[in-house]
This record gives sequence, C-alpha cells and structure tokens, in this order.
Amino acid sequence: MTSVIAASGLRKSFGRKAVLDGIDLEVGAGTTFSLLGPNGAGKTTTVQIMSTLVRADGGEVRVAGHDVARDPAAVRGLIGVTGQFSAVDSLLTGEENLLLMTALHHLGRAEGRRRAAELLEKFDLAGAAKKTAATYSGGMRRRLDLAMTLAGDPRIIFLDEPTTGLDPRSRRMMWQTVRELVAGGVTIFLTTQQLDEADALADRIAVLDHGKVVAAGSPEELKRSIPGAHVRLRFAGLTGLDVAERALGGGFRHEDTLTLEVPSDGGATAVRELLNRLGDTADEVEQVSVHTPDLDDVFFALTGRPSAPTTTADAAQTTTEKENAR
Amino acid sequence: MTTLAFAVRDSATMTRRSFRQVLRYPATLVTSVGVPVLLLLLFVGVFGALKAGLGAGSHISYIDYVMPGIIVMTVAYGSSGTALALNRDSTEGIIGRFRTMAISPASVLTGHVVSALVRTLISVALVIAVGIGLGFRPTGDAGRWLAAAGVTALLVLALTWLAVAVGLAAKVAEGTTGFLLIIQLLPFVSSAFVPPGQMSGPVRWFAAHQPFTPVIDTLRGLLTGTPDGGTALVAVAWCAGLALVGYLWARALFRRDLNR
Repeated sequence: MTSVIAASGLRKSFGRKAVLDGIDLEVGAGTTFSLLGPNGAGKTTTVQIMSTLVRADGGEVRVAGHDVARDPAAVRGLIGVTGQFSAVDSLLTGEENLLLMTALHHLGRAEGRRRAAELLEKFDLAGAAKKTAATYSGGMRRRLDLAMTLAGDPRIIFLDEPTTGLDPRSRRMMWQTVRELVAGGVTIFLTTQQLDEADALADRIAVLDHGKVVAAGSPEELKRSIPGAHVRLRFAGLTGLDVAERALGGGFRHEDTLTLEVPSDGGATAVRELLNRLGDTADEVEQVSVHTPDLDDVFFALTGRPSAPTTTADAAQTTTEKENAR
Repeated sequence: MTTLAFAVRDSATMTRRSFRQVLRYPATLVTSVGVPVLLLLLFVGVFGALKAGLGAGSHISYIDYVMPGIIVMTVAYGSSGTALALNRDSTEGIIGRFRTMAISPASVLTGHVVSALVRTLISVALVIAVGIGLGFRPTGDAGRWLAAAGVTALLVLALTWLAVAVGLAAKVAEGTTGFLLIIQLLPFVSSAFVPPGQMSGPVRWFAAHQPFTPVIDTLRGLLTGTPDGGTALVAVAWCAGLALVGYLWARALFRRDLNR
C-alpha cells in the first residue's frame, strides 16, 4: 500500500490537557480512511494538524510525502478541508463564494464560471446561486462548504464530521459524493462519531479514544476482533429476568429494558439449548433476538463505554459544548 | 507566475471580496459618512457662534477649525466596519479555510486593509464635500492637499491594522466595541473641537499628548494654513508606530493555533 497520509507519534496538548497522545496512522492512496471516536477524542485536532492549521507538539505527519510542519505550502496545494462548521462567507451569494474559491485557485474567469456552475448543479444549489449564504439552511451551507472544498479539485480531502447535524437527504448526498470522489481516485480522510457512517464508507477505520488509537483495521477486521454474537432475551417483568439469570448462571442484565444478553454464536442449536436450560422460565420470555456484532459493540468492547450519545438531549448538549470550545 | 505575482493576484481577489461585502450591506458606509456629517452639523450649529477662544487660530471660522477633527472621526468610524468584518471572518471559520489553501497568507488581511483604505478615503472625500457645502473654506494648494491626503491615509492604515487585530482577537462581535468606543471618543479629548489650551489640568495634558491631536493639528495646518507647531513629524511617528503595532499583533493572531 502506498500511503498518502502517514502520521507517527503525533502529540498535542492544549494547556495541561493532552488531546493527542502519540497516534500513528496510515492512509492508502485512493482509499477512504475513517477516524472514529466520541466527542473530545481528538478527531478535530488530528485533522487540524494534518491540514496545516495547528502545529503538533511532537511526532511527524507526511501528506503526499511533504512534512506538514516544514512544508505546509506544498501540503495546502494538494488538500481540501471541510470542517464541522461551515466555512462560507455569509455575505456573498453561493455563486460568489464558489467564484472566490476558483479565483484563489487561479483558474481563469471562464474556467472559474464553468466550474462554479457545475458545482452548484451537482450540489443542488443552482436555484439558490444568487442568494446570500446567510439565507441558506444548515444543510445548504454544508453542501456549499463541500462544493467550495472541491472547487480546486483536491486529491486529498479531509472531512471533519461532515454529516453531523445534517438531515437524512443531505447525509445521503454527502455519502454519495464521498463514494464518487474515491471512485475518481481521491483519498478521503473522514472523522465521524457515527459507526454506521464509518462502516458504510471506510476502507480502514481507526478508533480514537482519549487521544489514543485503541484499534485499527478494516470494518470486518474490527468486527472479528471482538467476542462473538449474543442472544437477547426480553422479559415481561423483573421476576422472569431474575429466574432466568439464576438458571443460566450469568449474562448481562439490563433492568431498564428488562433484557438479558447471553453470549452465544446465535445458531439454531445454541438458541434451542439456551431455551432448554431455561425450562419453564422460557414461557416468561417475550422476545428472543440474535444480535451479531456491529461497530457499536467494537467500540464498547474497546473503550468500555457506549460510542455516542443516543438521546437528542445528549446530542444537543455535546453540540453546545463544541461550540463553547471554539 | 512568481510568488509576488501570486501574492498580488490573491490580494486583489481578497480586496474584491471585501468591496463586495461592503456594497452588499452599505449600512457601514452610510454610518461612516453619516455620523461625522451629523457631528459636523451639531458642532458647527452649537459652537459656530463662538468665534472667540480658538487661541492662536482664532482668525479662522469654527467650521474651518473643526473640519480636521471631523476628518479624523470619519477615519475612526470607518475602522469599525473593518473590525466587524474581520471578526465575522474569524468566527465564521472562513479564515480557517483560507489558511488550508495554497494562497498567499498575507492576502487574507491585505485584502481587508486595501479595501478599508479605499472605502475610508472615499468617505473622507464625501464628508469634506459636505463640509464645503456648509462653508468650509480650505486654503491649501495642491501640494498641501496631497500631503493632507497622505497623513489621512497613514491614519487609516494605523487604525485599520489595529481594527484588524481587534477583530481577530475578539471571540464575538461585541468584543470589538471597547476598541471602537475608545477610538471614537478619543477625538473629543483632543484639539478637534476646542484647543487643548482651554481645557483644565489633567485633561489638557492628555489632550496635548494623545495621538489624535498632532494628526488633527497637522491636517489643520495643511488645509487652513494655521501654524501646526511642528506636529507633522509627531503625527507621522504616531501613525507609523500604531500601524506597526496593529500589523504585528494582527499577524501574530492570524498565525496562532486555532484551538487556544
């Protein structure tokens, strides 16, 4: 594999807080690499260092062979960056924003206009081309942001949580764009806290937690690396749950959902044997489901914590925290 | 193309962007002309009758006396738009985008400064035109006008670079108001409206030594022929010094890590 992005021993602290604690990454040319982790894991800082915005305290990053600290100008000529917060000029129209980008990429006037029109069409912004970005919805701003990133035809693109807060349609569009770009030979470095996103798009995933890479590999490798499937038994009441737990001598008990998770390969024989061991208590079981491991389990197994906030209240709170952190 | 040619081209692109922003919301432009004109009407209306007490320059009419101060205030009001524009750039994250692009890094700030220079000089010209309509009678010849334009441009650079730094430093737009209040109020405690000699104790000392006074005295000398008491060098030194401080501060802020 020829790596286009290679980081070794990357470290960064803000004040006394270590945000990155020695991370090593390698991204192959023309592949999608996903850095997966919860809020505060260090994903944005990694992207900022790799895209020359922030200097690392230690370690080295090479992008297409150029050291980001020693030769940032060479790196900037090859990359495109779309951050978590749309970096568009609200006072300019969508079209003017794109023309600003093509002018800064030193495209000629006619070529710039052609490119801008093409991107407006592609990102479904042609109808709003003459409106100022201040009037755009969140999804439209994000699409304009990505279109601006693509204006210079970069070969390496950093996407920092590109779908956080997007509506499902814009999210699909973003995924589609990523796939098209990779098909065209572009290398994508994507951060996300959504496991399904990494699973759907990435060739390789690195799981980042508290500034350290806790696991890396293809989605399949990561799923293989954790204990197998389990059977989930849901009960009508606590009594059934208690009796079943005693009868089976173990399992993970979730009182809030009245379920018991029992390690199992999920095959028919194993399930029948499990129910036989329950005996009469089997009648108390409302539902039996077989759960094969997904990246959520990988994350839980690696870090001992669930991957991402699940309730909207939690999500809203973490968004506020991020905004305050800026 | 050479590095310099690219730098010039990028700066021109950024300057066009800044002009476009100003023209899209001309409110900034209207205030930066309107407020000084209002002050001019107010001061000439209220104090115009007082011919006495202008000290050495008492042979000139009050509007002639007050015009240089109004010019300086026009420059001060003009810099508020720059501070807000930089703050918007920095909080919207577009500065971050520019910093990841292969462009001349200097062009991002240069574009704003060039546009501010042109915009403010146009405002000053408009304010002077209104002043002439109200009875301002400058006596300077072409050379003196040119020198006055040069001093004004230097003051614009000084206040604009400071405004750029303040705009970058402020976390929110409200953070720029302190700076703006200071530079908009300072002319009142200078030789703009009343000769410092007529003020009392500490106020007189402050008015005589603050940067706006030599600039105003120099402009007054150039435009109306009053003796400026050799303030031109002091004025130029103040402007160059403030411009340098603002420039270095802005450059340091532009290069800093984003997360601090």
